[in-house]
Amino acid sequence: MPRASAWTLGWLALAVALVLLPQALSFSQQEILVFLTINVLLVSSYRLLTLTGEWSLGHAVIMGVGAYASALVTKWTGLFVPLSMLVGALTAAAVAWVLSFPLFRMKGFYFLIGSFAAGEIIRLLWKRFQDPFGGAKGLKRIEPMPNLDLGFHHFDFFLPTNYYYFALVAVGICLWLMWRVERSPMGLAFHAVHWQDKLAQASGINVRGYRMLAFVLASGFAGLSGALLAHYIGTINPGSFGVEQMVFILTWAIVGGTSTFYGPILGVVVLTILNEIVLRGMGFEQARPLIYGFILILSVLFLPKGLESLVQGAMARWRVAAPRPAPVEREKQA
Amino acid sequence: MSAPLISVDELTMRFGGLTAVDHLSFDVSEGTIHGLIGPNGAGKTTTFNMISGFYRPTGGRITFAGEPISGLPMHEVARRGLVRTFQHSTLFNELSVIDNVLVGTHMLFPPRLVAAILGRDGASRRAARERAEEALSFFGLHHLADELAGELPHGHQRALGMAIATAARPRAVLLDEPFTGMNGEETRRMMELMRKLKASGVTILIVEHDMQAIMGLCDSITVMSFGRLLAEGTPAEIRRNPKVIEAYLGGTPHAA
Ligand SMILES: Nc1ncnc2c1ncn2[C@@H]1O[C@H](COP(=O)(O)OP(=O)(O)O)[C@@H](O)[C@H]1O
Ligand SMILES: [Mg+2]
Repeated sequence: MPRASAWTLGWLALAVALVLLPQALSFSQQEILVFLTINVLLVSSYRLLTLTGEWSLGHAVIMGVGAYASALVTKWTGLFVPLSMLVGALTAAAVAWVLSFPLFRMKGFYFLIGSFAAGEIIRLLWKRFQDPFGGAKGLKRIEPMPNLDLGFHHFDFFLPTNYYYFALVAVGICLWLMWRVERSPMGLAFHAVHWQDKLAQASGINVRGYRMLAFVLASGFAGLSGALLAHYIGTINPGSFGVEQMVFILTWAIVGGTSTFYGPILGVVVLTILNEIVLRGMGFEQARPLIYGFILILSVLFLPKGLESLVQGAMARWRVAAPRPAPVEREKQA
Repeated sequence: MSAPLISVDELTMRFGGLTAVDHLSFDVSEGTIHGLIGPNGAGKTTTFNMISGFYRPTGGRITFAGEPISGLPMHEVARRGLVRTFQHSTLFNELSVIDNVLVGTHMLFPPRLVAAILGRDGASRRAARERAEEALSFFGLHHLADELAGELPHGHQRALGMAIATAARPRAVLLDEPFTGMNGEETRRMMELMRKLKASGVTILIVEHDMQAIMGLCDSITVMSFGRLLAEGTPAEIRRNPKVIEAYLGGTPHAA
């Protein structure tokens, strides 16, 4: 079979599987599937940020900025929820842009601490200002996604299955956008900034500009994931986007690995399944942050390149077992 | 004589109490290979870093093609057509050889976000690739395009560094100790590449502490010692200059 059609077939099979998936799950599992879909976007956006080599500890808060912004915009203006989610994403990107001026004066460890501090300041503002953020109790009765009648199907987005489909489309589009960016010359510049920022700069690349750009783009996608969450669960508060949530993001990313596009997705999927089947089944749910921390340490010690390295290894073996002619004949020079 | 391409005027750099470069002035003419030499610790790398925009000078001026560039960040200096390499084999080791050079074409074909997402930048991507392949061929690396840069032998890594630097067709390149760690054969080949680069119209400024290595290569030479200008002239003049002989043989513990 030609390669191209094999790929098409693979993607088609995946799409069908994702559409049918809720049918195989219980109601509470369907709810978890919605969160998982949103978290796939969240952790993928985090990877986009790390492409330039800087790891932020403010990503969960940036997600929250999108959630708060979208919730407040619908409350104030009654804007159509999917559009307000876009406003949420843009707000998160804008806040990230402003923050990037002080933050990208720092690098490495200092950037890490700076991003954490910036996030905590935002969380303090949410807590401090009853109006409009609702203080420590946060926002309640957030406008839900309005029902939608498409003729062939009436979507009541209160049901997790329907919201899952909506989130799936939104997240699918976002992943496609991130993929396109990474595979473009811009993505190459991100990698260049990561691996050798001095050489990148000597090649005319505005290193700080690209770091800011990755941060702003990633924050926009994180903001959208926050908005998707807010309009589903209907209530958010400063605690929803705290250190615990940041630990989850880091654990998904590190356990999955960040050198491939699919690594973090693998991480969040595997850990969510583990969490739901193993932890919840055994009644350890309360200890989730603790166990996540433990998994994080284990994976750093025993699988430092993440779950993705297992996939890469398997694919390499498969290629050796079934060799294909090289797609491009290498030109040999004398 | 025409106006110099690179002009360094009263350039000074102080690190705390230490004056690494002290009111240094010299010119580099377009189309030449110019050597900046001197014993270890003379201030060559510091000068190099100031010209390339890596350090901001404490005092003095640098002009490139008549335009002041002192104090500009490195990527702005590069965009004006003055590109540097690094003292050790600094490459994107994790990327393929061709991707390394594609990074070098960044200035010629700056990426545009929306066009890239929509796939509207095909022409620019193709042109960048062509230019990158051309640069690889120029340095005899075309057959290694898909290898990982970090896995190349040393000599090829140095050539790749030059391919990255010249991919965007700069008017001048700055090379910091390009022969360090090379064997005789690699050195000979690297010199050939530099002559070829000069013939293609690129001005070259080489910083080197081993005087013999570049005598046969340079059109003109500036000698530094203890941060100051010691002598200037053609290789033949420099070779005979008693002050230079003294600096290299007597004055410092690092005689070449
Ligand atoms: N970043 C720095 N901080 C402090 N002193 C430095 C720094 N860089 C160089 N120097 C000092 O400046 C002098 C010139 O160094 P350098 O420019 O590296 O000389 P060269 O390249 O000619 O060997 C030396 O005495 C060196 O120790
Ligand atoms: Mg030096």
